Amino acid sequence: MTARGPKANYKLGRKVAPYFYLSPSLLVVGLLMLLPMGMVITYSFQESAVLRPDTSFAGFKHYRAIFGDEVFWASLWHTLYFTIASVVAHMTIGLAFALMLNSDRISPMLRSVLRVLYILPWLFTQVIIAVIWRLLLDPNGVVNSILIDLGIIGSKVEWFSSVETALHAVTFANIWAGYPLFMVSLLAGLQGIPKDLYEAADIDGATGPQKLFFITIPQLMPIIVSISLLDFIWTMQVFPLIWLTTGGGPIYATEVLSTYTYKLAFSQYNLAQAAASAVTILLISIGLTLFYIRHQKAR
Amino acid sequence: MARRNTRREKLITLALHVGLFAGLFFAAFPIYWMLASSFKTNGEIFALPPTILPKIFTFEAYAAILTDPVKLRFFFNSYLVAAVVTILTVFIALLAAYGFSRFTFRGKAALSTLIISTQTLPPITLLIPFFGLVVSYGLFDTYAALVLTYLVFTLPYAILLMTGYLNTLPRDLDEAVAVDGGSSWTALWRVIVPISVPGIVATSVYTFLLCWNEFLFALTLTKSTDMRTVPIGIQLLMGQHAFEWNQMMAMSVLGSLPLLVIYLIAQRYFLAGMAAGSVK
Repeated sequence: MTARGPKANYKLGRKVAPYFYLSPSLLVVGLLMLLPMGMVITYSFQESAVLRPDTSFAGFKHYRAIFGDEVFWASLWHTLYFTIASVVAHMTIGLAFALMLNSDRISPMLRSVLRVLYILPWLFTQVIIAVIWRLLLDPNGVVNSILIDLGIIGSKVEWFSSVETALHAVTFANIWAGYPLFMVSLLAGLQGIPKDLYEAADIDGATGPQKLFFITIPQLMPIIVSISLLDFIWTMQVFPLIWLTTGGGPIYATEVLSTYTYKLAFSQYNLAQAAASAVTILLISIGLTLFYIRHQKAR
Repeated sequence: MARRNTRREKLITLALHVGLFAGLFFAAFPIYWMLASSFKTNGEIFALPPTILPKIFTFEAYAAILTDPVKLRFFFNSYLVAAVVTILTVFIALLAAYGFSRFTFRGKAALSTLIISTQTLPPITLLIPFFGLVVSYGLFDTYAALVLTYLVFTLPYAILLMTGYLNTLPRDLDEAVAVDGGSSWTALWRVIVPISVPGIVATSVYTFLLCWNEFLFALTLTKSTDMRTVPIGIQLLMGQHAFEWNQMMAMSVLGSLPLLVIYLIAQRYFLAGMAAGSVK
């Protein structure tokens, strides 16, 4: 490690040192990420795991059980609906807020105050978001009361406990909680667009919408794609928000892959089958991650 | 532009402000409602018509929480676990970031890709083997179980954030130490760390918040009320038969306080952390 002495010694030090500095991180990655991933894959091929373990090889038994379970497929569709609707709405709202805040028609004072306030939903943890929306969407809550006054609904709606509305309600709560990531990133992106692009467009007599669709959005595209991918991966993994608002119910109307797996593991204590479900989620995540990394490298 | 004063321009400006205030309502009303409800009596929460301002303004709910030793223990646990994880994370990440930022070595690109990709590991997938490990090493229902597992999701961000920060510092500084015969270890602690305080603060803030908000691992790897953290405490309040809505809201406000305080004081650092995983 010491760089004192001859040049050769210094060079050797430069060669060994990075591994020394990285060793604690590699230990964490190895013991707490790679090893557990190996374990979960092993569990999924065992007869049973962790509690009353039976390590005899079970082949694809647990995978067959999962792929033959209609609740698994329902969970997969709910996850896709929840995720795609959330990402699209996050992007749309984030872009709209970023464009409004970036406009030179508002005073700098108002802009900085609103910027702080618009980010607020992002600060709250999912547990608290769940509590807030359970309060707002309670059958006797303020949302029903306002909607009845406005004549939009005729009677109290049980947003989280009726099969027709529950999935939309949790998705809406998640939309509310997640748009600021897009907003902040796009706001930073907007400030990086060269001004002369707009000046040139003005000379050519371009209209506002033309500038939006032919300059602003194409310029923001790398950020939009990159954040959408990350948001997609993270939204797919959402657990507390759904667990604490609907618990996957009513019946299994809001069951998503994470709640489905959790119940297999910690309500039914079938950890081997839960492992098979967890590995399936892992494979989907790895696919998306490879896509994300390729995109990041291309930038 | 000469068009600025036309009627059309004024209409656009007006529409923009309407949009801004609609956005403000969307973003802030739910939070306002939580805050207002925490100062109401439990009977007033679902009053018809809803009361925008508490009719009877009371600290009853806050008093109930702050005098309950069980709930105070949740806060103590949350602060303790978050603080320990933050110290460990920042130390380990600083070393790794120094390695990434100041050295070229075999496997560097592969390792940095590995670290970026661990950000996206699904927590639910790791939870099952963690449960197995924690049970077999007798760590179930201990602080150690939380501290070790939290490192998994704090470390990748912290390394990315710190590496990004160290890359902005000029290399001449630590090369000057090498010319004077000092080792890279000396350069790190004498030169790099003192000027990295903003980066270290940003990383600490973000790490602390990630821990403070964690739910899934705390739910599964602890069991006794003595070991529960604030998010689980809120869930336990929800599970009770008679809903004390005002207490749930007060506990949520108290549970969000660290985030709000840090956000308002260190907004710049906070946003840096937020963008770390995305804009890189």
